[in-house]
Amino acid sequence: MSAPDVLHVAGQRWVVRRFGDRAAVLDPLRPGTGAYSRDHDPLLTAAWLRSRLAVGVDVVPGAQSVTVRVGRGDPVALLRALDRASSADGEPAEPRRETPGGPPVELAPPVVIPVVFDGPDLTDVAQQAGLTIDEVVAIHTSTTFTVRFHGFAPGFGYLGDLPTELRLPRRAEPRTSVPAGSVAIADRYCGIYPRASPGGWHLIGRTGVQLFDPTRDEPALLSAGRQVRFSTVAP
Amino acid sequence: MIRIIRAGPGTLVQDLGRAGYAHIGVTRSGAWDRESHSLAQRLVGNEEGAAGIEVLLGGLEFVALHTITVAVTGHDCPVTVGGRAVGVGSPVAVRRGEMVVVGRAARGARHYVAVRGGLAVPPALGSRSTDTLAGLGPGQLRPDDVLPTGDMHSTPPVVDHAAVRERPPRPLRLVLGPRHDWFDSESVRRLLDREFTVQPASNRVGIRLAGPALRRSRKGEVAPEAMVRGAVQVPPDGNPVILGPDHPSTGGYPVIACIIDSDTDRCAQLLPGDSVRFTSNEDWLGG
Repeated sequence: MSAPDVLHVAGQRWVVRRFGDRAAVLDPLRPGTGAYSRDHDPLLTAAWLRSRLAVGVDVVPGAQSVTVRVGRGDPVALLRALDRASSADGEPAEPRRETPGGPPVELAPPVVIPVVFDGPDLTDVAQQAGLTIDEVVAIHTSTTFTVRFHGFAPGFGYLGDLPTELRLPRRAEPRTSVPAGSVAIADRYCGIYPRASPGGWHLIGRTGVQLFDPTRDEPALLSAGRQVRFSTVAP
Repeated sequence: MIRIIRAGPGTLVQDLGRAGYAHIGVTRSGAWDRESHSLAQRLVGNEEGAAGIEVLLGGLEFVALHTITVAVTGHDCPVTVGGRAVGVGSPVAVRRGEMVVVGRAARGARHYVAVRGGLAVPPALGSRSTDTLAGLGPGQLRPDDVLPTGDMHSTPPVVDHAAVRERPPRPLRLVLGPRHDWFDSESVRRLLDREFTVQPASNRVGIRLAGPALRRSRKGEVAPEAMVRGAVQVPPDGNPVILGPDHPSTGGYPVIACIIDSDTDRCAQLLPGDSVRFTSNEDWLGG
């Protein structure tokens, strides 16, 4: 198998690897700590690609990578063509906008999610972090998160970055059923379960906000790039 | 219109899926054996994207509430209309009040039933597919469900019987990667040389395989990334899973290889106990 290409996409350098015959993954040139930087931002790159590729091409950001999937033809050839087109001037990625001509998503006011912080894992999280429950809640509600990518279930956005004080690996034993609206944390992310499902994250609270509605124009409330904050409410 | 009389679990309305929503966590879903689904739709003169019924392990019975045209595709299996044997691969007229029975096949897990005009159940996010993991779409079919037919027919039904193409068993063609560097070279060799067996805990989310364990050569976890149907994902226990149409849109287990898109339709026909082998070659790339 030939060595993977290094391509310029969205003004950033990515390693391109095949994913079957109809998809390709863009990986950071220097895989690292997972911290996001201007040099390597899957969200911005995904938005740049989506604006330049036909509607039928799926562009899906992950935690560190971007996957491009086509219905037919060779996805690597498609990416090589974009690389040739843009490497001359090295155009930088553009900020994502919710509406054409509108302000960049990053500058839109944050979505505020009201949360009752009484999750079954809250005490454990506090203990493992060496903090009081009030301190955990204070740190969480003073953080501005960004929706980094979606996965796991419709409308489940991975919100990053969780402050280092609150980072824990996923639970050793996932629950077979986590209630809808559960606010949870694991690794560097916070997430909200849009519906009841199995789950391995630490449950710190609950919210009544509807994360996903297939009848809405924008079915997912937490759209990619959006800023999110949490506020405490009484039960 | 048709009324369901009997339907086994896994008998679901499907079309060709809801494309273009993976970036908000909605996977494509849709008919698993797209070739069989599309053939059935063409036989009744429908557009290929019309909705039909994906039948798992037979056992579907329904009554026509007015005259309809129906076709069933998949491996050869007993199909009767009003008690008359009609078989698979042909469009058949069904008179009002007649019952259609799709029986159990000797081989293959799934059959596809098309009704001329398509099944006009309400779509979700532009598709009538049933996503069993996300809970999007029409849901499990039950006795007394009435399914309206629509107008997604574009040509007259095909007159001739379509050759029932029994697919001869052969290895599934795959492309190694993108995360085969997470596995030792012995494991990559085993993937291509050895036989795996389909396990009972398999469904539209994934086909679980048992065989030689595939061992990682790296510690830690893969950063979550987009998945596609046909990806061969390896959880910590080392037993690979072939992702089906209802796979979660992203995943955190390393993908050692991915089955080429056109071979993923065959996976819909795998039953527990079946043997699976893989082969890697890149002749088809770029086509």
